Amino acid sequence: MLRIVNGRVHDPANGVDGEVRDICIADGRIVADVPPEARRLDASGLVVMPGGVDIHCHIAGPKVNLARKLQPEDHRRDVHPRTAFTRSGTGGTVPSTFTTGYRYATLGYTTAMEAAVPPIGARHTLEEFHDTPVIDKGFYVLMGNNVLLYRLLEQGRHDEFRNALAWWLSATKAYTAKLVNPGGDEAWKGRRNANITRLDEKIESFELTPRQVIGELIRAVDELGLPHPAHIHCNNLGHSGNYETTLETMRIAEGHRAHITHIQFHSYGEVPGKSSHNPTSKAREISDFVNDHPNISADVGQVMFGKATSMTADAPLAYMLSRFGDGKWVNADTEHEAGCGIVPFAYQDRVYTHALQWAIGLELFLLSKDPWRMVFSTDHPNGGSFMSYPRLIRLLMDREFRREEMKKINQKALHGTALADGLDREYTLNEIAIITRAGPARLLGLANKGHLGVGADADITLYEEHPDKERMFGAPRHVIKDGQFIIEDHEFRADHEGRVLHVAPDHDPQITEVIRPFFEEFYSMRFSNYPVDDHYLGKHEVVPTAKQRTTSS
Amino acid sequence: MSLTLTLHTQPTVPLEADAIAPERLEGMTPDQISAVALQYGNQRAQIGDFFKVEGTCNGEIRVAGDASRVKRMGSGMTRGKIVIEGDAGMHLGAGMAGGEIRVEGDAGEWLGAEMSGGRITVTGNAGHMVGSALRGTRKGVEGGEIIVHGNAGNEVGSGMRRGLIAIGGDSGDFTGVNMLAGTVVVLGRLGWRTGAGMKRGTIVSAQPAELLPTFFYACAYRPVALRLVLAHLRNLGLPVTDAQLTGRYRRWSGDGVELSKGEILLLDVS
Repeated sequence: MLRIVNGRVHDPANGVDGEVRDICIADGRIVADVPPEARRLDASGLVVMPGGVDIHCHIAGPKVNLARKLQPEDHRRDVHPRTAFTRSGTGGTVPSTFTTGYRYATLGYTTAMEAAVPPIGARHTLEEFHDTPVIDKGFYVLMGNNVLLYRLLEQGRHDEFRNALAWWLSATKAYTAKLVNPGGDEAWKGRRNANITRLDEKIESFELTPRQVIGELIRAVDELGLPHPAHIHCNNLGHSGNYETTLETMRIAEGHRAHITHIQFHSYGEVPGKSSHNPTSKAREISDFVNDHPNISADVGQVMFGKATSMTADAPLAYMLSRFGDGKWVNADTEHEAGCGIVPFAYQDRVYTHALQWAIGLELFLLSKDPWRMVFSTDHPNGGSFMSYPRLIRLLMDREFRREEMKKINQKALHGTALADGLDREYTLNEIAIITRAGPARLLGLANKGHLGVGADADITLYEEHPDKERMFGAPRHVIKDGQFIIEDHEFRADHEGRVLHVAPDHDPQITEVIRPFFEEFYSMRFSNYPVDDHYLGKHEVVPTAKQRTTSS
Repeated sequence: MSLTLTLHTQPTVPLEADAIAPERLEGMTPDQISAVALQYGNQRAQIGDFFKVEGTCNGEIRVAGDASRVKRMGSGMTRGKIVIEGDAGMHLGAGMAGGEIRVEGDAGEWLGAEMSGGRITVTGNAGHMVGSALRGTRKGVEGGEIIVHGNAGNEVGSGMRRGLIAIGGDSGDFTGVNMLAGTVVVLGRLGWRTGAGMKRGTIVSAQPAELLPTFFYACAYRPVALRLVLAHLRNLGLPVTDAQLTGRYRRWSGDGVELSKGEILLLDVS
């Protein structure tokens, strides 16, 4: 039991904005009160926030491990030593499992969602989760290029489509359905360097279009009542002029919930008449649309200068990126489920496109009218490592710092953006609390996270107030996970196994009789070996669907 | 008086001894040096656990005994001199930026890997990966000299960017693989697939060699610059003959799968 006193509490979900009040903890939860003999933690001069929640990152699974294997040079340059409580590991932009958990904790993050796992990689991902300490975590399973789902859609078998989707989510222990460049993989796998570029283009080998796939998946996820909507990586990522695809994708939702991820990478215009030319910023158009449509949420996918690792299920994109350098890269096929590409990458402030990407990300943050729906991410490690979060927070909170940074970048890129028009907004601590914890938790439907109300998980971060926000958010004084001090006075005091967060939507068990024949005909593994059984989960929590929530209460 | 470290106990697993570098032991008493920490397998150890320490370090360290299981000596050093009277273990002088290392015996793998300055001389043989890039890195040696009087193993100078590596005897397979620039001289025979993936740089051999099909013959000539390099090596004690010094070399350009701006110069013995 613990009572935190004298801290300035930022708990936007409960309308608390910097008030000094007590927070009480018992049995890993926040409670209304604890007996007087409970331990007291004096938090004078400290800012108290819920633990950070990362809605979109790449931290576990086969592609992450490929990226680790691809970059041994990053490991020897960044050794993460063990402490009395924690294990050793390696860092770089793609840290080892243990280091990932510990480094998230050192930034005050207590939950992170791996954003792209092919179903066949679920086991691998869960095994890595087991070795990713401290944080709670879940993953989004790739469903946007699934051959069997395409077949069911093509034949108009909507109930079976929804049941198969639910089966897949349950069988893999996933959190929601992820769409990546829907429709693109078939062309890519079938023909040399091919991709899909329009939402109404016919998907190779199917009587289907990306528009249909996106619409059906958005609706099916909503009908299943998953806590988080379909998580969409739009088509044409990184291409000049792609903002129209992004707007069109958001329109497909027609009032249903949809989450557009790393939207910065999808907010590019092009100079008319010059195809395949330098991109321009369309942040304002994208931002206006998101501001006006409460059913849509997004995370930014900010680019940070320096080393990154592009890892994506968007295999044609990885091919395009690999052409920019002559270094090593990976492309992989994933049975009938997804693609995969990995390219080590460095964002440079002098390069027009990189500087523009950086500026567009900041525009999206600063033009957003609803911080609950335009939340924080760098698409770690695609736009930059999660270790750059404190710097990004400073960019948002400190306009002088931002101006200094703006002077260093390619000025031609800056000119076409709202930043150049004197976008002076500074995020408040409360807004930072929204975009880094309360907002993501709400979008994920995690009722017990992202806030400090009674009943919430006791995941709490205490920062020392400091004018330099990068310093403040880079090294919290205390980090509490499930009521336990993980970091106390900047030092690790305990190791901890976080929970796997997943869904188990109800579905017709007969659906396996539809899936099995397809499987046995085409897959390289036996159907009976495919679903992940419960003992892979370790500590876990089933997050209920809307229907399950109503029936249990 | 210079510092002498005499091995009194042979390590059974490799001993990580990057502490053995002149700049790290300067100004210490023998007792202090004995207490300097080393990594021994998964345990911490001290120099004194394995070495008898005599004298103090005035910029020079002498290591006596069979140090073939002592790794990383002189790695990252920037000045001073290490003389090893016997064999040396892996990663000797890796990443060194200056100073001199002399091995009066054989050296292990990864000799002078990713070094950027200074000179390493080995009177005996060296293992694989002499002056190479470490796994995952594109760029290897960026400067300095490695002189091996005996033979060397595979991947001599892999990813090399600048500097000079000379092998008095034979070299193994993939000599100069992925070279970006710099010079590798092999007085003996080259192994297979010399210069695979090289972009620029020069590989020289005084013996006939079988080259990859992606190298193409350019001309036979007497490069002046090469004569300077070979004279320099002769001064350093390598047995460069007059025929090698003044002879005609056949130039092969490659690697054709890369820029084709590299060259392999083979002494024309016809």
